[in-house]
Amino acid sequence: MLSRVAERIYWQARYLERAENTARLLSVFSTLLLDLPPGTKLSWRSLVEITGTDRAFDGKYKQANERNVMRFLLLDSASSLLNTLENTRENARTTREIMPLEAFEQINDLFHYAKDNAAGSIAGGSRYKFLEEIISSCHEISGLMAGSMSRGAAYSFVRLGRSLERADMATRIIDVGSGNLLTNIGVGAKPAEFNEPYENTLWMNILRSLTAYQMYRQHVKHRVNGEDVVRFLLQDDDFPRAATHVLITITKVLKHLPNNTKAAKQVDKTLRIIEKGNISKLLDAGLFQYLDDLQVEIAKIHTSIADTWFLPHK
Amino acid sequence: MRVNWKTYNSGKFFDEIISSPGFARKPARRLASHLASLTHDELLEKKRAADLAIKTMGISFTVYSDAGNIDREWPYDIIPRIIAEKEWDQTSLGLQQRLRALNCFINDTYNDQKIFRDKIIPKELVLDSTNFRKECMGINPKYGVWAHICGTDLIKGDDGQFYVLEDNLRVPSGVSYMLENRRVTKRVFPELFENHRIRPITEYPAQLFDTLAAISPRPSDYPEVVVLTPGAFNSAYFEHSFLAQRMGAELVEGGDLVVEKDKVFMRTIDGLSQVDVVYRRIDDMFLDPKVFRKDSTLGVPGLFKSWVKGNVALANAPGAGVADDKIIYTYVPAMIKYYLGEEPLLPNVESFLCVDKLQRQHVLQNLDKLVIKPANESGGYGMLIGPQASKRELAEFARRIKADPRNYMAQPLISLSTVPILGERIVEPRHVDLRPFILQADKTHVTAGGLTRVAMLKGSFIVNSSQGGGSKDTWIVGDK
Repeated sequence: MLSRVAERIYWQARYLERAENTARLLSVFSTLLLDLPPGTKLSWRSLVEITGTDRAFDGKYKQANERNVMRFLLLDSASSLLNTLENTRENARTTREIMPLEAFEQINDLFHYAKDNAAGSIAGGSRYKFLEEIISSCHEISGLMAGSMSRGAAYSFVRLGRSLERADMATRIIDVGSGNLLTNIGVGAKPAEFNEPYENTLWMNILRSLTAYQMYRQHVKHRVNGEDVVRFLLQDDDFPRAATHVLITITKVLKHLPNNTKAAKQVDKTLRIIEKGNISKLLDAGLFQYLDDLQVEIAKIHTSIADTWFLPHK
Repeated sequence: MRVNWKTYNSGKFFDEIISSPGFARKPARRLASHLASLTHDELLEKKRAADLAIKTMGISFTVYSDAGNIDREWPYDIIPRIIAEKEWDQTSLGLQQRLRALNCFINDTYNDQKIFRDKIIPKELVLDSTNFRKECMGINPKYGVWAHICGTDLIKGDDGQFYVLEDNLRVPSGVSYMLENRRVTKRVFPELFENHRIRPITEYPAQLFDTLAAISPRPSDYPEVVVLTPGAFNSAYFEHSFLAQRMGAELVEGGDLVVEKDKVFMRTIDGLSQVDVVYRRIDDMFLDPKVFRKDSTLGVPGLFKSWVKGNVALANAPGAGVADDKIIYTYVPAMIKYYLGEEPLLPNVESFLCVDKLQRQHVLQNLDKLVIKPANESGGYGMLIGPQASKRELAEFARRIKADPRNYMAQPLISLSTVPILGERIVEPRHVDLRPFILQADKTHVTAGGLTRVAMLKGSFIVNSSQGGGSKDTWIVGDK
């Protein structure tokens, strides 16, 4: 397989996964806000902060109200849902000689659907349906690839791209969930007991944003609490969006690719860091530094993949 | 309202479906009566289904404009064009004959140059052509074939005969749209396929692969064939990707290829892997910055030398475009007689060469009645349609012709034949041409039909998709 094709397939899978995650994040966050007490500091602006696009947002909009934030995240920024889908489509368009024909057609359809409907889906009512449609189309496309692609190099790069995006998303969600969101959730100087139910709501929604709520309930016997949620999302072997599971998947995929030593070593290193993380201690102090370090290691996995298999960039 | 063939009127033009008000030509009778059984709304419904299919299938082409490049949905009219099998078989022989002669000519030009010595074609005309590549002198590709893939544009005149308008021997495009048009027609008009015997067109990608495999320098059952594209921003990118996919070949860009020790390799996840045949969809001048344009970032340094040494095959060969020149075109009937000793089976359109003094005088005196074409433009650019031109445009072209006579030729304004298209309110006649594709290596193949291009504007003769042209599925139909 051509190096350039490998790279585009990888990015196509990453963008597709990112589109799904973004859609789910927006959907979950909208419902979360409905559950919070009036006066909470958590606001639409937090959503811009989660996606790390606050500077771009401030450059464009004066007011961080629902309409502006949703417009920005759905269709009016470089990392908007629409742009992410366009990137998915562009990468699919340039690998269509390799990917199943129907996969391109569905990705193309999805992009057109988003393009035609994004502007009309900024308001609450239609937004939910729109986001649901995006999420389920993403599932359809992943399912189609899983069901129709030989387990050769092309599918390996699909899995690498998807997995890395998941690892990135899991750590990012934990990062903002336990930081930004948690500190903003309280109402003024109310005592902790007042805020506790909202904290649980928050953790529940963090799980939901990674489709993890149901699996968490089945596999973690405790009621939803911060420590268990972080442990589940970082260290669970079996949940498909948990960082550990994702990295184990990457290890397996790498075995089928030539010259895999460098990438495999980096994945091992990252897995060991997660394994050694003592969540309850970290929650008391040092979680942010820990997550930052982890994200750097995950980024290095990407670099090692790019160095090994992609075209050298001039 | 139903289609009424009695009110369908193509005026003085030859219509391929309706011979006189209300009467369909024989091969098109079933189609005409089927269309007449549908209401206009039903037809519009089919059109909408087709448009949707084209959007979903991502059949697109890129239009370059000042506002940036736009990826547009492929324009398609749902009413198929019908050509009788018998007529096509004869045309197809003419096309093969033509390409064989053209390849003899190209090979002769770059080797013995007998045709110049025998004074059939003036040597200067050929060596002055902007498509002549002196770097190719003395090279003798396998089978003596330089143009492996040719797209020849045919038109039907008032007499209902096919004429050759031009031969595209550089990087002719359109074949993917021919194939996709058929796929769309099958989706929207399945019932028509039941009561017609339509020649399938699906073998083209396999024939193209066989043609390319046949010129591989390394003997092997599965030579490594790649399609070299300028990239996703090229107007024909859809086609490059489509053909690579259908042939199971790699689609590569210049950056994917590297030349080492005069051999061509592609960069893969396993390292370098040798390439045998490059179906290049990049113009000569951009192919290799070491030989042609130095600023080309699309090509592959060293590719040309590797070809000269016989380590890789290029299709079409560099320099093949020397015969893709509207001036050289006028000599093709003479080439057929000279190289093959045969009478041309397909006539050229009458043409006047501005380089010839007498003919130039005729052209200058009749500018307002003629179509003036530059020798080496494609896509319908740089043309003058005399009868539709303003006084200023006429004067400008007269000036250009006098300044550079070698670069211009003229043809009478041909009355392109018409076929019906589905308009918003009625079915109306529009002008068409036809681009069949001809392949040559150890064997020759011709597509069953080709890409029909339609001038969608009433009265217009401009069929190029970059200038508002549409397309149609083309059926070679046998007697049932």
